[in-house]
Amino acid sequence: MVKINGEELNVAGRTVAQFLAERGYDVKRVAVELNGDILPKAQYECTVLQDGDSVEIVSFVGGG
Amino acid sequence: MTKAEWLDALEQRHGADLQRKFSSACVAVCGLGGLGSNVAISLARAGVGTLLLIDFDRVDISNLHRQQYSISQLGMYKTEAMKRTLSEISPYCNAITHTVKLTEENLSLIADCSIVCECFDNAQCKAMLVNGVAERYHEKYIVSASGMSGLHRGNTIQTKRLGKRLYICGDGMSDVADDGTLFAPRVMLCAAHQANTVLRIIASKFEV
Repeated sequence: MVKINGEELNVAGRTVAQFLAERGYDVKRVAVELNGDILPKAQYECTVLQDGDSVEIVSFVGGG
Repeated sequence: MTKAEWLDALEQRHGADLQRKFSSACVAVCGLGGLGSNVAISLARAGVGTLLLIDFDRVDISNLHRQQYSISQLGMYKTEAMKRTLSEISPYCNAITHTVKLTEENLSLIADCSIVCECFDNAQCKAMLVNGVAERYHEKYIVSASGMSGLHRGNTIQTKRLGKRLYICGDGMSDVADDGTLFAPRVMLCAAHQANTVLRIIASKFEV
């Protein structure tokens, strides 16, 4: 299981890019933290989610 | 008011050790709209030594409902208007202006600052800055904001910490595209969270 934004999900084996696409995230608006570090965008395609990973996905909204 | 008088007043309130940390800090304020104008003023009042003020835009009549500018500043670049405002509040704050649109290409403008405040209004620009700084400058702290539009409850504005170096203030949800507009108090609440987080980082208080 992978913990994503506090929820345990059965998504190990998917890449970060696949997960974001499946959940309808706009990649241009997100920042992804994987196990305590911000994951560089260039690594979304090649980073495979593993059991025990902890992920926070921030989807920015407009206004400031 | 001499610099010694000004520093003395700050030291009496903050203590000499903490004021020394504030005085030697360099903070980049990226975007000088509703968030950035309030963040810059708060940090200058606290006696932060160097502020990098970055914005490409000019003060417009439509900004006055939430941004810290006045009628006499209409048409001025926000960088210049804010520098002038800060000179009245905190004359010995070193306010360095960059009147440009901050992009991935000129991100090195913020290289000398240890803390970067993301105060943009556009969601893609927010993500660009947060990802760009995190990827290129591993040692910097980023204090970002997401979700402060509309007339939603004030108590939903919070500060979250992601990893060691990223803080995000706001409710995380309210999008100006849905709410239609922003209101000064709620934007100021979010900006106050950002400024408070910056001062806490300078004071080596990293928990939220």
